[in-house]
Amino acid sequence: MSTPAEVLPDIELVEGRSLWQDAMRRMLRNRAAMVSSFLLLALLITVTVGPWISGYEYDQLDWDHIWEPPAMETGHWLGTDSLGRDLFVRICQGGRISLMVGIVSTIVSLLIGVSWGAIAGYFGGRVDAIMMRIVDILYAMPFLFFVILLMVFFGRHILLIFIAIGMVNWLDMARIVRGQTLSIKNKEFIEAAWMAGASNRRVIYRHIIPNLMGVVAVYVTLTIPQVILVESFLSFLGLGVQEPATSWGALVNEGAQEMERAPWLLIFPASCLALTLFCFNFIGDGLRDALDPKDR
Amino acid sequence: MSTARAGDPLLLVRQLRVEFQLPSASPWATPWSKKETLRAVDSVQLDLRPGETLGIVGESGCGKSTLARTLVGLQQPTAGAIFLDGKDITHLGEEGWRQLRRDVQMVFQDPLASLNPRMTVGESIAEPLHNLYPEMPLQQRWRKVRDIMPRVGLEAAWINRYPHEFSGGQCQRIGIARALVVEPRVLICDEPVSALDVTVQAQIIQLLKDLQAELNLAMLFIAHDLAVVKDISHRVMVMYLGKVMAQSSSKMLFQRARHPYTRALLGSVPLPDPQRERAREPQVLEGELPSPLNPPSGCVFRTRCPLADNLCSMQVPALRQTIAGDYAACHYADQTP
Repeated sequence: MSTPAEVLPDIELVEGRSLWQDAMRRMLRNRAAMVSSFLLLALLITVTVGPWISGYEYDQLDWDHIWEPPAMETGHWLGTDSLGRDLFVRICQGGRISLMVGIVSTIVSLLIGVSWGAIAGYFGGRVDAIMMRIVDILYAMPFLFFVILLMVFFGRHILLIFIAIGMVNWLDMARIVRGQTLSIKNKEFIEAAWMAGASNRRVIYRHIIPNLMGVVAVYVTLTIPQVILVESFLSFLGLGVQEPATSWGALVNEGAQEMERAPWLLIFPASCLALTLFCFNFIGDGLRDALDPKDR
Repeated sequence: MSTARAGDPLLLVRQLRVEFQLPSASPWATPWSKKETLRAVDSVQLDLRPGETLGIVGESGCGKSTLARTLVGLQQPTAGAIFLDGKDITHLGEEGWRQLRRDVQMVFQDPLASLNPRMTVGESIAEPLHNLYPEMPLQQRWRKVRDIMPRVGLEAAWINRYPHEFSGGQCQRIGIARALVVEPRVLICDEPVSALDVTVQAQIIQLLKDLQAELNLAMLFIAHDLAVVKDISHRVMVMYLGKVMAQSSSKMLFQRARHPYTRALLGSVPLPDPQRERAREPQVLEGELPSPLNPPSGCVFRTRCPLADNLCSMQVPALRQTIAGDYAACHYADQTP
């Protein structure tokens, strides 16, 4: 697409600062949020490249080192579990799963929830009533029962976790977006957009959704840890990922059973989980302050 | 589309009525109980020629904004007809109105709120071109935006800036540029200056006046302040509780108003000279604006009119000509000094 700068080379353009750029500057000044971002980034990198550095596989059994506490010389930096599997590699592998569940499920709920809520709020009336009643009905379904049913019918598969969590999470998103849409819909610039001949589709995607992304961005950073927790909970109940694959929730579950004998099996995965949740929450708080400075 | 001959009205409104159905305010009301009808605009007639400005004044809640919104298709009329260029546009569908947006555009009341905060100024001004002329090449679109910006007093270099980086007056200039970029023939201004301070008001009015003469626009200018309307309008229409009270040429209205309501409005305009202002007899309208849900019988203004008598409560005064070019809806329009 050609921009004004390409088409109009004869004038020197003054670059404006968008609201996003403003928010970015405020975000950069928020120390807690920035530290959290760096920690999270470091964690993400460790989780991704960790298994290649370590030299062990997550499902590799080391019969010489069973229930070994953390030690540098054996290469088992965070110790081993009852089968002699390297905890560091398992935490990395579990972290991949947990973060992936968190991010993918959130993206799914974002895609469905934002469109659903914006369309319901924008058109209002009967469309709104029908769409939101569907949301209410889905809300009323017992989540755990639903997950167990899925597992029974389709077997245990990581994809089912994504589907199950995504199906539940977009409901909250749809409600939040609908509420925001109702308030934006009455602003004068929406009328101005109609006057400019914008179609309903364009009004929703060009004028309404960009203006509610601030709230959505905050909500997303708070949804990711929530989803990670839900996955941990499912794994804790034995409904999550299948051995030998693992997730942070599953690791915490195993560690909790051996808490007195091998405390490192609980401490390390639990701290990773807690650290991630804290980081996401701090980033969410920072984003909220950055995007809406008046609300602080 | 055929072009109107000079002198022929471009925009014609006949017996326009706009009603809103409100749920009953009674505490025993159920969703299916009878709704109350609020008549926001009642039997309004007007015509507008190219190159002419019609000012509309009235208190808050007199239906002037509803009238404007109806004329641009943001509100459905209950009865009556609107003609543009001799073509009936009263019951156009959504698509029909979209086509019409090339000819009828609008400037909004709140300059900052009428601009999307996430779009650059250039994108906002280009928005009507994008939607109404989708086949126009991008290069031409941006050139049009660049060309219109200096004409409304904005520097073309600001094309990539955002609305929050501008003052209220500048934002209103952006709003005017956005309305005029499609080269409309009718421009509806819904209180375009009431959110601005006085010096900026004067600049925006001068700008609209210049552009109107330059582009031969037919312009409808709404304000709640007679002093603002006086300067820009050729003709002025006074509204009260959804009805047209008086209509006359701007000059005549200010020299010798026939309708008691118009005179009350004129009396409320402060004079620039403090000595004359002090010497003037204060003319304050008594009483409150009656509820539009339950308007007075006969003449709607009678509850606050100094001339009102029995006739006024029984018979609705018709809008009739008093002298050439001057209309008033009052039984006693001829008797006023």
